[in-house]
Amino acid sequence: MSTPEQVAATRPTGGDEAIGSPRPTRGLRSDALRRLRRNPMAVVGFTLILIFVGVAVFAPWIAPYSPKDNSWLSEVRPGAYPGPSAEHWLGIDPLGRDVFSRLVYGARQSLLIGVVSLAVGATVGVGIGLLAGAFGGWVDTVVMRLVDIMLSVPGLLFAIAIAAMLGQSLTSVMIAIAVVNIPIFARLLRGEMLGQRAADYVLAARSLGISRAGIVFRHVLPNSFTPVIVQGTLTLALAIVEAAGLAFLGLSGSDPSAPEWGRMLTDAQVALTSAPQLALYPGLAIVLAALGFTLLGESLREALDPKLRR
Amino acid sequence: MSFLRVRDLTVTFTRPGQAPVRAVDGVTFDVGSGQSVGIVGESGSGKSVTSLAVMRLLPARNVQVTGSIELGDQDLLALSARQMRDVRGRDVAMIFQDPMTSLNPVLTVGRQLVEVIVRHDGRSVAEARRDAQALLERVGIPDPARRLREYPHQLSGGMRQRVMIAIAVACRPRLLIADEPTTALDVTIQAQILDLLRDLVEESGSALVMITHDLGVVAGLCERVHVMYSGRIVESAPATGLFARPAHPYTDGLLRSIPRIDDEERGMLHTIRGSVRDVVAWEHGCAFQPRCDHAVESCLGGPPPVHDLTGAPGHRVRCPRPVHPATPATGTGRSEGSA
Amino acid sequence: MLRFVFRRLLQLIPILLGLSILLFAWVRALPGGPAQALLGERATPEAVEQIEAQLGLDRPLWEQYVQFLGRAVRLDFGASLQTGQPVIEEMARRFPATIELAIAALLIAVTVGIPLGYLAARRYGTWLDSVLVSASLLGVTVPIFFLAYLLKLVFAVQLGWLPTAGRSDPRARAEHPTGFYVLDGIVTGDPAASWDALTHLILPAVALASIPLAVIVRMTRASVLTVLHEDHVRTAEAKGLLAGTIVRHHVLRNAMLPVTTVIGLQMGVLLAGAVLTETVFAFSGVGKFMADGIVQRDFPTIQGFILVIAVSYVLVNMIVDIVYGLLDPRVRVS
Repeated sequence: MSTPEQVAATRPTGGDEAIGSPRPTRGLRSDALRRLRRNPMAVVGFTLILIFVGVAVFAPWIAPYSPKDNSWLSEVRPGAYPGPSAEHWLGIDPLGRDVFSRLVYGARQSLLIGVVSLAVGATVGVGIGLLAGAFGGWVDTVVMRLVDIMLSVPGLLFAIAIAAMLGQSLTSVMIAIAVVNIPIFARLLRGEMLGQRAADYVLAARSLGISRAGIVFRHVLPNSFTPVIVQGTLTLALAIVEAAGLAFLGLSGSDPSAPEWGRMLTDAQVALTSAPQLALYPGLAIVLAALGFTLLGESLREALDPKLRR
Repeated sequence: MSFLRVRDLTVTFTRPGQAPVRAVDGVTFDVGSGQSVGIVGESGSGKSVTSLAVMRLLPARNVQVTGSIELGDQDLLALSARQMRDVRGRDVAMIFQDPMTSLNPVLTVGRQLVEVIVRHDGRSVAEARRDAQALLERVGIPDPARRLREYPHQLSGGMRQRVMIAIAVACRPRLLIADEPTTALDVTIQAQILDLLRDLVEESGSALVMITHDLGVVAGLCERVHVMYSGRIVESAPATGLFARPAHPYTDGLLRSIPRIDDEERGMLHTIRGSVRDVVAWEHGCAFQPRCDHAVESCLGGPPPVHDLTGAPGHRVRCPRPVHPATPATGTGRSEGSA
Repeated sequence: MLRFVFRRLLQLIPILLGLSILLFAWVRALPGGPAQALLGERATPEAVEQIEAQLGLDRPLWEQYVQFLGRAVRLDFGASLQTGQPVIEEMARRFPATIELAIAALLIAVTVGIPLGYLAARRYGTWLDSVLVSASLLGVTVPIFFLAYLLKLVFAVQLGWLPTAGRSDPRARAEHPTGFYVLDGIVTGDPAASWDALTHLILPAVALASIPLAVIVRMTRASVLTVLHEDHVRTAEAKGLLAGTIVRHHVLRNAMLPVTTVIGLQMGVLLAGAVLTETVFAFSGVGKFMADGIVQRDFPTIQGFILVIAVSYVLVNMIVDIVYGLLDPRVRVS
């Protein structure tokens, strides 16, 4: 996960500064950081993300029981599930498992799906966008037509089709969400690069005889990263929600007892009237985790947008 | 009595957490009926803010306007927002700098012209359309019937500015404010637009306030000129007097930085050193002092008072050490060339 | 204008061809191969062989594709593994329900979203603006089916104001000539049936509207903020036009252009989101049929659904583009 400090560290460095550091990087970014700290939306978002990641990483220490331990099955009566108690903070689910422990471990699953699908989708997408943006011409035309076609299928539907094709497994869920992200990143990077190719500093670099690859990798690419990071943050939110949606449709890991927010929410549907809290907990967990990334991503976007600076 | 009377106009931009900025600082001037007045200054001098204040087009939030603005027998700053809407476009109209962005891109030229006529003259749309066509013809647009149906992007910059002018004069306002109306246009078009403005003003007898950074524009058009610097008027004079005998060192510098073909010091252009940002706050002395060649110790310590120039009626300057150029200027001839 | 429409139609061809190739590749990649997938896992080897011959799986790939394309154009997706009936018949029967739901959701999103977005822009920087922006961020984040649960729990189960599921009261005997239940009540002169259908429609439509609503609020806000600072609005003010005229003709009219495009793009969210919403509310449209199809690995249904929805999505966006051209004179000419 990228903290704002890391964003600032991706500035181009070295002896090329004389050619003109393109956007006033340091000024803009430290300025952005300052505005980010002042923005309550960013602070709330960042806090939510910290909690989410903390819970995911330290799940074994936080959760009192194993998420699959169903030793309290005997306490469950049909239509009456034990609510919160000292031993079970959030009660017991219909299969006799500790809800709190499942919720804590569910964060791991969500984070894993989000990060892996983002990493794969963003890497492939950025690579494709780079190809189109750097070469232009027919490569650009062909690649962008493909991207258009992929974008002509609504995202969730695309993910459903791929997950259904690959069969029930965690990997197929991650691949499905990653593939949906590819065209988004490809288009983003290509647009950024087209915009920057005509920028003055690129023309200046070119007139100094710096090779195309040199310009792309040392100047254009680093400057295209800002929007990629913003999009990445927002995409993580989307990935968490999409994974839950796929789980709801029965497209998730092959192990039905694995703790997963989307499936917990789906399983709770049978007990909606008698134990609505069983749906509430995982639902809120999904919303809060996704909201954290959305808030941070949106405030990042706002902070980095020079047009919004007043 | 003058038609427009601006007294001690002060516009302050206040932003939470930041020091307030005084863009216009105690500006006073008159515009007589049918008179043409120029307000000259660099960007940031407060000339555009002055015109927007007269129109009451400054944003309501974070802007403080004090002083008084009287138009005919109306006190503009005392009018309600609704009453002001009746004044704008009917009694006073404005032409803006950039004709590319000042027209609504998704409405036809006719629609934008007709709506102002319907609004203020209480005419039917059909009548207004006939008026609109006549107006387009008057401002020199060929084939006006067709142009009425077209959208702004189908017109050239010069044509669009003619449309803007048509909109402004549509309801025969008694005061026309033109804020840099030719700056965004090609040099060849600029003169045509200025000629058109002069003709229209003469024809209708309305007063004109010309806001510009270009002394040449003022020379051919205005009877009286006010030079603004850092929010204040530093020199006011009849146009001929100003060009003949610029008193304020800033005005003098502006005049001398206009390139002339008959210049003796060939190849060397006069420049005013420093930039508009090198200012002193008026309460501490003359704002122009850091850039002034004539500055002395006494230029600091309080704003310099305004005084009349001896032997030149109506020529007032805010400077204790006015310039007296050695050679009487050849002002008018030169400025017509650059208009 | 006609040429503009024609050009837009031409651009449709490569997209649709690309889409069909994508779908063809998808069918080929299905587990057990296309024949197995079309017949289901319990198909006999003889049946598989027969369908393989019918599909021409021994022929060259391009020939198979042409065949596939031919069937796709005739909307022949085979028989549903759930019901044994042709997929297209099953879908045709359920399509009105989904369209009714999508239209209701879109109406909610547009009629609520545009005024709220405008309000936020006019109150830029105030607490109201902050509340609206935060709410819209929440709106894009809450999973549709979770919101559907919450709505069902509060308004149907606990308060009992609205029905929990279905499209109409199962005890009612209403006629359905068009398949659009709200419309049916009007057509057959049965206002009670219309009302009944409407009460069943509200909760799923609100749940489905959440994302488009949030997106429209944000887009309208951003767009109005941009237009408010444009020079031509100042010109309109300088003309002394009435405040209402300026808002309608010079601000909203211009600000709606980018919003139109976003509304078109939201159709994708609506059609795909129907799969989730319809399932929660047992609303018997194509979305629910698709969701059931996923669980039962009913590939002919999934294939048909994806094709029909993707094509509708592409068509809707083309229509939106044309509408945009009508609204914005600059596009038409260039």
